[in-house]
Amino acid sequence: MKYVDEFRDGQLAKGIATAIARAARPERSYRLMEFCGGHTHAISRYGIADLLPANVEMIHGPGCPVCVLPIGRVDQAIRLALEHGVILCTYADMLRVPASDNLSLLKAKAQGGDIRMVYSTSDALNIARKHPDRQVVFLAIGFETTTPPTAVAIQVARAEGLRNFSVLCNHVLTPSAMHAILAVEGGVKLDGFVGPAHVSTVIGSDPYAVFARDYAKPVVIAGFEPLDVMQAILMLIRQINDGRSEIENEFTRAVTPEGNRKAQALVAEIFALRDSFEWRGLGSVPNSALCLAEAYAEFDAERRFACDYVAVPDNRACECAAILRGEKRPQECKIFGTVCTPENPIGSCMVSSEGACAAHYTYGRFRESA
Amino acid sequence: MSQVKSGYARPLDLKNGRVDLAHGSGGRAMAQLIAELFAAAFANDYLGQGNDGALLPAASGKLVMATDAHVVSPLFFPGGDIGCLSVHGTINDLAVMGARPLWLAASFILEEGFPLADLQRIVASMAEAARAAGVPIVTGDTKVVEQGKGDGVFITTTGIGVQREGIEVGGDRARPGDVILLSGSLGDHGMAIMSKRENLDFSAPIVSDTAALHGMIDSLLDAVPTVRVMRDPTRGGLATTLNEIAGQSGVGMMLDEAAIPVKPAVEAACELLGLDPLYVANEGKLIVICAPTDAERALAALRAHPLGKESCIVGEVIDDAHRFVQMRTALGGRRMVDWLTGEQLPRIC
Repeated sequence: MKYVDEFRDGQLAKGIATAIARAARPERSYRLMEFCGGHTHAISRYGIADLLPANVEMIHGPGCPVCVLPIGRVDQAIRLALEHGVILCTYADMLRVPASDNLSLLKAKAQGGDIRMVYSTSDALNIARKHPDRQVVFLAIGFETTTPPTAVAIQVARAEGLRNFSVLCNHVLTPSAMHAILAVEGGVKLDGFVGPAHVSTVIGSDPYAVFARDYAKPVVIAGFEPLDVMQAILMLIRQINDGRSEIENEFTRAVTPEGNRKAQALVAEIFALRDSFEWRGLGSVPNSALCLAEAYAEFDAERRFACDYVAVPDNRACECAAILRGEKRPQECKIFGTVCTPENPIGSCMVSSEGACAAHYTYGRFRESA
Repeated sequence: MSQVKSGYARPLDLKNGRVDLAHGSGGRAMAQLIAELFAAAFANDYLGQGNDGALLPAASGKLVMATDAHVVSPLFFPGGDIGCLSVHGTINDLAVMGARPLWLAASFILEEGFPLADLQRIVASMAEAARAAGVPIVTGDTKVVEQGKGDGVFITTTGIGVQREGIEVGGDRARPGDVILLSGSLGDHGMAIMSKRENLDFSAPIVSDTAALHGMIDSLLDAVPTVRVMRDPTRGGLATTLNEIAGQSGVGMMLDEAAIPVKPAVEAACELLGLDPLYVANEGKLIVICAPTDAERALAALRAHPLGKESCIVGEVIDDAHRFVQMRTALGGRRMVDWLTGEQLPRIC
């Protein structure tokens, strides 16, 4: 596959692995957080851990959109489908996330809720066009990558006068989450970040400058292919060895310092900052999520239907919160792989393939059994 | 005086006609549908007996029986349709048991309103597949459900075959050290179906691999009668099938990612949709597990058959109490190839 195989080449990987082994100083450790679930998935799927020295440890971050959504937000979507009778559209990853009352969107669908999996916001718009007599709600989730497509859908809905379409907005912001992780007192000890790939194509590399400046943490923005991740790890190790903390960009083929201005402008027009938003794992984080701007309030499902957010505590045995903060590894959770499996997930991190628990369960659990 | 001959019935309107509830009622309309559409296409002496069941000659040897329901959507896809798929599916289930398929039975659930022209196309495709495979459809059944209660047509086929003398195959027979062979590229069927789903707007030159494997298996068993395991990796793909075998045999497996063939178009389509070709369905591929001393002969026998030209060794069976299927990645790392979680692609066969 052109333009992809080049970034999965085993020979090149060997070369970078050798360079990493040479650069990593044996007397110290390197604790690097890959923020994005996309990176977590790549590391697990390609077995990158096998190519790293023992003192280079990858810590999974909270950048899995499905994982950070608290139970109460899924409950809200389920209520819209079951109590308000809307057609609820969402991405496939959301369907199996556990909610209250032993429900998930998939189980709510089996109970008669009209819940549909879509591949894009335009699928949701098509459903709204096809069913003018029904209310169609798009459950919008994700970081800055998925926000512009939601914005476009709202723009199109207004232009077409699609009055039966609305959005349950749960879009969240990457830099806020990074702040939250670094601000936790006694929290996870990190030497640097492998910075987001797709998110950075939208926001650019500039917004990360603050982490180098205020927290002295190097950030290397990296693509989602395995060689991207390995190259970024090498760049981070070199920065750490040099005592530098800079924002470097390994993913120059897609990321610029200023990002996608057009997308940013559209997002700024259609959305507004929420004062505070509850994240699974990180708790309430100020200025960390978006809602619809006043001018587009008519498309806000939270206003159209009476479905206020009600906070719900996580299952007590579930360590998703600590795992999302990077403080625990999946295998340190007591219910990992026993009560909590991809077939019967207790916590959100076991659901999406980008979740730390699901990635480790699916690709890496042979390591503990060896 | 009427000019109409006595006993005249207007023939089925195969151009514009549609299935209606009378076609499943047991009355004249049903008899006509069976005679003009099914019996005409499937014609053979057993079906021609016209009784409730087919009276078959005694077969010597161990009998193998298999059944397979087909609900694929869309009904017509690049490289095939639900008709030939339903014939291949059951023949392959028999063949991987080391059986020579002898007879098929077919039952149809038709949805009211389904175009007779489409039904005729499907039945013709079934007849052609059965004829090419040399396995007659000897009995059948038709039911009609109200509109909205089905999805055009569902087809269940059941087959009977006789296991070849001296063949002992089964999912519980893999041993550490055995070699895992695969007869060709992965994911062609599943991605051919996906490329035609209405909510997925992509076109790709991907054709389903649906095929009857009994011919290839016959020549494999001629060359290597001591083959230990044969399976066709349908739903859930190679990964799921190998996990089943690992569980049954109480062994682990180690695959070599670089050796597993995937067509570039399939790989690209999977990449786009976030799917893993290891989990995508195939309808004309064979997994063979045999002793290492048999591997080269098995490979040569598979490659000599038109359906197995791209056969290759993809891994080996290892000792592992956890029964994990693992893979050396092309990048140089290692990972598990776990059971499929949930449904990757619904309604593919």
